Amino acid sequence: MNKAVERVEGVMALFARCDINTDAIIPSTWLRTASADLGKGLFGGDRYDEQGNEVESFVLNRPAFRQSRLILADENFGCGSSREAAVWALVQFGIGCVLAPSFADIFYENAFKNNLVAGIIDVETYQELKTLAEAHPEGLAFTVDLHSLTVSVSDANNPLHNRSWNFRMPASRVQAMIRGNDEITGTLHHQVDIADFYKMASSEKQWLFPEHLIGRDTDASNKKNRVF
Amino acid sequence: MDGPSGKSALTLFDKIWNAHLIRHLDDGRDLIFVDRHVLQETTSAQAFHNMRKAGRSVRYPALTIATQDHIVSTKPGRSEDTNPTGRELMQLMRSNALSSGIRHYGVDHPSQGIVHVIAPELGLALPGCILACGDSHTSTVGGLGCLGIGVGTSEVEHILATQTLALSKPKSMRIVYHGTLQAGLSAKDLILHTIGQIGVAGGRGFAVEYAGPAIEALSIEARLTLCNMSIELGARLGFIAPDDKTIAYLEHREFAPKDTDFVSACAYWSGLNSDVQAVFDREVHIDCDLISHQVSWGTTPEDVASIDGVVPDPTQVDDPARRERISQAIRYMDLQPGQTLSGLPIDVAFIGSCTNSRLSDLQLAAALVRGHHVSPHVRALVVPGSMSVKREAEALGLDVIFREAGFEWRDAGCSMCVSINEDVVPPGSRCIATTNRNFENRQGPKSRTHIASPAVVAAAALAGCIPDTSMMKLNAEGLS
Repeated sequence: MNKAVERVEGVMALFARCDINTDAIIPSTWLRTASADLGKGLFGGDRYDEQGNEVESFVLNRPAFRQSRLILADENFGCGSSREAAVWALVQFGIGCVLAPSFADIFYENAFKNNLVAGIIDVETYQELKTLAEAHPEGLAFTVDLHSLTVSVSDANNPLHNRSWNFRMPASRVQAMIRGNDEITGTLHHQVDIADFYKMASSEKQWLFPEHLIGRDTDASNKKNRVF
Repeated sequence: MDGPSGKSALTLFDKIWNAHLIRHLDDGRDLIFVDRHVLQETTSAQAFHNMRKAGRSVRYPALTIATQDHIVSTKPGRSEDTNPTGRELMQLMRSNALSSGIRHYGVDHPSQGIVHVIAPELGLALPGCILACGDSHTSTVGGLGCLGIGVGTSEVEHILATQTLALSKPKSMRIVYHGTLQAGLSAKDLILHTIGQIGVAGGRGFAVEYAGPAIEALSIEARLTLCNMSIELGARLGFIAPDDKTIAYLEHREFAPKDTDFVSACAYWSGLNSDVQAVFDREVHIDCDLISHQVSWGTTPEDVASIDGVVPDPTQVDDPARRERISQAIRYMDLQPGQTLSGLPIDVAFIGSCTNSRLSDLQLAAALVRGHHVSPHVRALVVPGSMSVKREAEALGLDVIFREAGFEWRDAGCSMCVSINEDVVPPGSRCIATTNRNFENRQGPKSRTHIASPAVVAAAALAGCIPDTSMMKLNAEGLS
């Protein structure tokens, strides 16, 4: 069961680039063990120098952005490798939402699986939020609300507080995130359909499930009887 | 999909998708059956962990196959212990496979290799089949008319537990290749040129069918190379309709259907093509006559040019975001706008990866390097895609040709493409590689990557620099 998410609130870090790939989000150096500190490895290639020291100018190393909760990026965020560790690294760092005009297909799926809000914004919204972020080098906090699919400046005293921007997310995904639904549990509601489908497919397309691949039994419950 | 007349034209993609549709889900996605699930050691450990934590087990272990390929050492004669850092993930893959009754192609298995090399080799990927793997280059098997879907680790867990995927059906796109590829050029040049034309996001949201006379002319191994880089177009899926070459390739493969099953399979496969009237959401046409040897200059696979070309000038780019990205790429790659690409000195030449590590790739490279020697300051290595490829190459004496020319001859694995094992390009070094990604830090921290075909990489290894077309022609003449 995923933890339910209804809102994300905190400082927004700006990555004003398109095509930010998952190798950049989490370099392979951090994927060599099952227990690496992925939050520390987030944007590792840019965040640390060759000696492993923090690069002062990198946004997430600046004092105001060390606790960032949101990322604003340009087109095609998360392209390249399918590594879900890119999403884990963002989440473990504390990022709860990435806003961008578009996301790469696999990253987009991976984000929802981990309740990372991947909000699609209009190019105009991107430009406005970018301008706003650039005007606040001290860091500006935003609130992302999943019920209204809006992002707004958090501080009630800020003159911009009443201004809000829309982002898009499929309604079913919003509901799943608010409820904290586990997708596998949902799919297993259809397990009779799945078993029937497999039975039908293996009788109609025997060539696809030949005995020298599947043995006599393919069902997990019988796997102990099967010998390779 | 029925039209008003009762039956409307379908794309190849529609046909395969529909044949795997278990049901439409309430949220608009489709629940589809996964015929083959291939695991690799760096994206599956967490999936097994979470699956067990939820009290679940692998639904159809016989449809699941595991490999060790990413983090394995490629040092000849290696074991799980050769690269101690990788031992944990390798042992997890082995024990997870063993305890779930999953076939495991570990480092000590004679058929071990890169997942996208061994899936076709073993006959696990078949036309009309859906194969998923926790790796973005899974579309490679599209070269056989198989839908290869790259997935994340949560989806790996989902398939382990249910043998299905819940997906929004992608839109359809067809890229049609006209004309004839000039002699000496390869599928790698074709796909790099395509990515340069369409861009790294051009295929996002699409399933891409590659078609046209130039595609029909490609060998199966070349088709695998082409489909491999679909994700570099942003497309999760890329495939080619099966034909007689596909059938010839698959017959007698270990897990391909046999005897009467093979006959039924061939009958089924003959219907796997897009109907003449099928409509695609996007169609792109590429003229192969215009393509020359390609090499990347920047830090995304769309940053490509002819080897005779120059580094672009960002000041000529209108879009500010794109201008900034190109400027950054040029800085990272330590190049100058307008600089000629040929003649650029390289430090490392790498032939390998799921893109270009099959026997035909190695044969082509070996033919170019035979009787020559690698430039004195270049580290050159060949990493066959599988141990089967390695044995076949050795039977043909290719290992001797490469070794005598000064190349390292390694064991199979992903190696210097993802550089998650110990095969790393040193900081600041420039590597020309037959791989698929030239991202910043891809081959190691501060590494610089130029992607190209096996022919261009082999020529570069000898010359010590990016070759020009005249050098390629000279090398090709030496073959006759």
